[in-house]
Amino acid sequence: MNKKTAIQEFIKGLWDENPVLVQLLGLCPTLAVTSSAENGFAMGMAATFVLVCSSFLVSMFRKVIPPQVRIAAFIVIIATFVTIADRFLAAFVPDISKALGPFIPLIIVNCMILGRQEAFASKNSIGRSLLDALGMGLGFTLTLLVLSSIREVLGSGTWFGMQIMWKGFAPWGVMTQAPGAFITLGCLIAGANWINERRKA
Amino acid sequence: MNLLVIFISAALINNFVLQQFLGICPFVGVSKKVDSAFSMGMATTFVMVIAAMVTWLIYNLILVPFNLQILQYVSFILVIASLVQFVEMFIKKVSKPLYDALGIFLPLITTNCAILGLALTAVLKEYNFMQTLIYGVGAGVGFTLALVIMAGIREELELVDVPKSFRGAAITMILAGSLALAFMGFAGIVKG
Repeated sequence: MNKKTAIQEFIKGLWDENPVLVQLLGLCPTLAVTSSAENGFAMGMAATFVLVCSSFLVSMFRKVIPPQVRIAAFIVIIATFVTIADRFLAAFVPDISKALGPFIPLIIVNCMILGRQEAFASKNSIGRSLLDALGMGLGFTLTLLVLSSIREVLGSGTWFGMQIMWKGFAPWGVMTQAPGAFITLGCLIAGANWINERRKA
Repeated sequence: MNLLVIFISAALINNFVLQQFLGICPFVGVSKKVDSAFSMGMATTFVMVIAAMVTWLIYNLILVPFNLQILQYVSFILVIASLVQFVEMFIKKVSKPLYDALGIFLPLITTNCAILGLALTAVLKEYNFMQTLIYGVGAGVGFTLALVIMAGIREELELVDVPKSFRGAAITMILAGSLALAFMGFAGIVKG
């Protein structure tokens, strides 16, 4: 694989290697917290923060960490930043922190974050790792935002808490619950596949 | 809160995979064949029960007395990671056939969010030791159940003509959605 330019490193996370739609990583939080756009956005930002910070540290220490214990080292670094993010959310936006519940600590085992450390940050310079992490985080946040917007608009007729559907619109309650999450994500993945096939053809 | 209610609620009503979205990665990855799905479910249940017990002991005997709850996440994930490693070595020594059956699935379990999720929710719900144990067993059974049902459907799916864009993960998600709808039917069994 030839070296990509800095811009490409950043852009690839948005679509070509989108963590959720293409790599199918980090699906648990994607499904669980996207019942409203606000929660989806908060989760995306929290995961991006953890991803960027841990990519920075892992990349900085990539020559010091012995390969045998690298996974354990990555996890400790990630867990530390997750604790910071968790405390931060609990202090400044307690409502969202409550709504996301155990899914903030579960960022630790989000395979997207560990995957980027293993596949990218542990092998590349700090600058490239930061760009990669930012791109991936942004791709993750955008996907979460789209998914949660669809679910919130159809499921409660609101978007970021604002009423946007017409009066008398009967909300599709199921969209805010588990089945709606699975089916919407399934359709999004299929849509992404369809667009990619079109682009190739 | 009696133990049976905890068990049924963890296995069916709040099914870890279909209602709480924990452990989706193995659910999508290892649900192609019924027997491997069953092995994965068993291995996960095994680790879940042990992890639930160990994290309960650590939280209540070490972290709480020393007022170190802020280290909860770091310590839990370290315990789970080393536990998985330990369980792997233990099974290898004690029962070779079991190790061969579970072998490749064991390392995958560390990154299964159902395990950490279980440990964290048990703390949140303030279960005592026995309740945590039953909660772990119930969650494991529910996980296995969802995985095996899904694998059964996907084996049938091989024979069906699925639209091209929907093949693979997309149709799996939609199937999971229909399964989740079915599992919502359990919601009325017990209160709370």
